[in-house]
Amino acid sequence: MSQSKPGGGRGAVIDAVLRWRELSILVVALILVAYFEAANTDFLLSDASLQNLSQFVAPAAIIACGEIMLMIGGEIDLSAGMVFALTPFVMHFAHQAGVPLLPAVVLALIASALIGLCNGLITVTLLVPSFITTLGTNFLLNGVTLTLSHGTPVEAPEDPIFAAIFGNWGYSEIIWAVAVVAVMHTVLRRTRWGLHTIAAGANPVGASEAGIRVNRLKIGNFMLAAVLAGLTGVLESFRISSIDPQAGGNSIMFLAVAAGVIGGTPLAGGSGTILGGLIGAFVLGVLSDGFTLIGVNAFMFNIILGAAILAAMLFNIHVGRLRRLGAMR
Amino acid sequence: MTQPVSATVPEALRAEGIVKRFGPLTALSGVSLTLRQGEILGILGDNGAGKSTLMKILTGFVPPTEGKLFVHGEEVALRSVDHARSLGIECVYQDLALANSLSVYHNLFLNREILYPGPFRLLNNRAMRRQAEACLEQIGVHIPSVTLPVERLSGGQRQAIAVARAVNSKARVLLLDEPLAAMGAREAGLIIDLILRLKAAGGLSIIMIMHNYAQALEIADHIVLMQRGQVTYENRAESTSVEELMEIVRREYRVVRNE
Ligand SMILES: Nc1ncnc2c1ncn2[C@@H]1O[C@H](COP(=O)(O)OP(=O)(O)OP(=O)(O)O)[C@@H](O)[C@H]1O
Ligand SMILES: [Mg+2]
Repeated sequence: MSQSKPGGGRGAVIDAVLRWRELSILVVALILVAYFEAANTDFLLSDASLQNLSQFVAPAAIIACGEIMLMIGGEIDLSAGMVFALTPFVMHFAHQAGVPLLPAVVLALIASALIGLCNGLITVTLLVPSFITTLGTNFLLNGVTLTLSHGTPVEAPEDPIFAAIFGNWGYSEIIWAVAVVAVMHTVLRRTRWGLHTIAAGANPVGASEAGIRVNRLKIGNFMLAAVLAGLTGVLESFRISSIDPQAGGNSIMFLAVAAGVIGGTPLAGGSGTILGGLIGAFVLGVLSDGFTLIGVNAFMFNIILGAAILAAMLFNIHVGRLRRLGAMR
Repeated sequence: MTQPVSATVPEALRAEGIVKRFGPLTALSGVSLTLRQGEILGILGDNGAGKSTLMKILTGFVPPTEGKLFVHGEEVALRSVDHARSLGIECVYQDLALANSLSVYHNLFLNREILYPGPFRLLNNRAMRRQAEACLEQIGVHIPSVTLPVERLSGGQRQAIAVARAVNSKARVLLLDEPLAAMGAREAGLIIDLILRLKAAGGLSIIMIMHNYAQALEIADHIVLMQRGQVTYENRAESTSVEELMEIVRREYRVVRNE
């Protein structure tokens, strides 16, 4: 069967780096942890800072799962942060109207799925680039949320056990995040849905010629991304016991996209990794908390974050090109 | 002009009066052709003659504006690629329809994946890997590993994978859109060998779109020449020559220029 191994020594190294893309970013994460641990002995080993870290990582990681599925298909959802803000209000109003808490959450998630459906339909059937579609829905949803809430926060529904499960207990959010990542990783790597999402991102015409219904996949992934953003919004509102119309927003959306990119998912489509997204979110969390603990200000964090995104993109593009060169030899 | 084909050989695929319009543009204006069982039908023609469009109609990817299709003598209205596949019609498109970032075996099984039984319907990667190896072995395609992403393969290897994918699904009619395009002599030779081996194995009828007249006459049993959305000439391969085909095309150019 085998003739010769592709590439030589360098090709093999690049292969290994690519196969273990998640591993290389994990190494970065561990180095950062070691550094901050050395600089501040309390960094990871105290309960408070662990909780703090996990509560930073979880929302970014959950939203990143949806963004990564979209990015693999060559799309993006800029409205995720606004879905995040709106969804808990839908839950709040449903609950106020007498719907029990769990069905109210389900209702709110269905509402976010419908927003995703709109994003998807506009993008796919009207051929508007998703960057534009979701830029529009971003502003639109923000306006809707501010109008509905009159711009003021409300208290999250009171139900201690429910609240604890849905984000109020210190580690419940990170458990949700890990569960979502596990499910989405399996969906991406081990199901037809995931495989077809990659195929459609790599070669949309080819995928549809092979009989894959590309549009349906895309719309599904928009709905998925919106539901995950909505779920995160619900979790966060229970965590802080308050539903804030200004919560989430563009910063959480960009953080999630950054987590995906740093984790090894290029925006170009055709490839991506969910696990990488989790690790990317972890790296961002470590940077953010680490800088806070050693007393570097938030501005520094943004500088480092920007540099990290650029470095990750350069790495992706450059290694991809080296690999293609390897193939040509 | 048309030579009678051996009427004793049953037909595998027949198109009758196929018309295709894209808005104001008429890509095909009444194309009829017949593919006989076990034969290779070579379609020649200039860029934009409508060859790929005809191919996509035969695979159910594009619906015809008018016209009828017969598969093994029975009239069918192809609803989708999956429908055509269920009738044993497989196609290798001009753009190959491979997903470059996916492995060879995932490409071989694209949209026909082997799944584990059970509620989650997970991909059975191991089974696909094994069957992909067996399939490539059987048709004599050699690549370093089926786990390589397709983007790591050469043009000829990629074409071979695309052909293997079509054959892998028990195709009875195989449609190939310019399988030798942009290929060096050695790689083209490998693909020609592969196609002739598949034909010799029996049970397969093949339509091939080609640009090289000499190659077409060498491989095909029957030749169809398409120009501006029509079949302008057809003949048995042994009864025509490169010179005759060139002359017809040249005459066409004169007509176009004088119009
Ligand atoms: N989806 C489409 N929409 C509009 N016009 C189309 C479409 N597909 C093909 N055409 C037009 O139909 C005509 C025939 O195209 P087709 O691709 O079938 O040619 P071809 O014979 O395969 O050419 P080539 O040798 O370059 O592959 C061209 O004028 C093309 O622009
Ligand atoms: Mg063509």
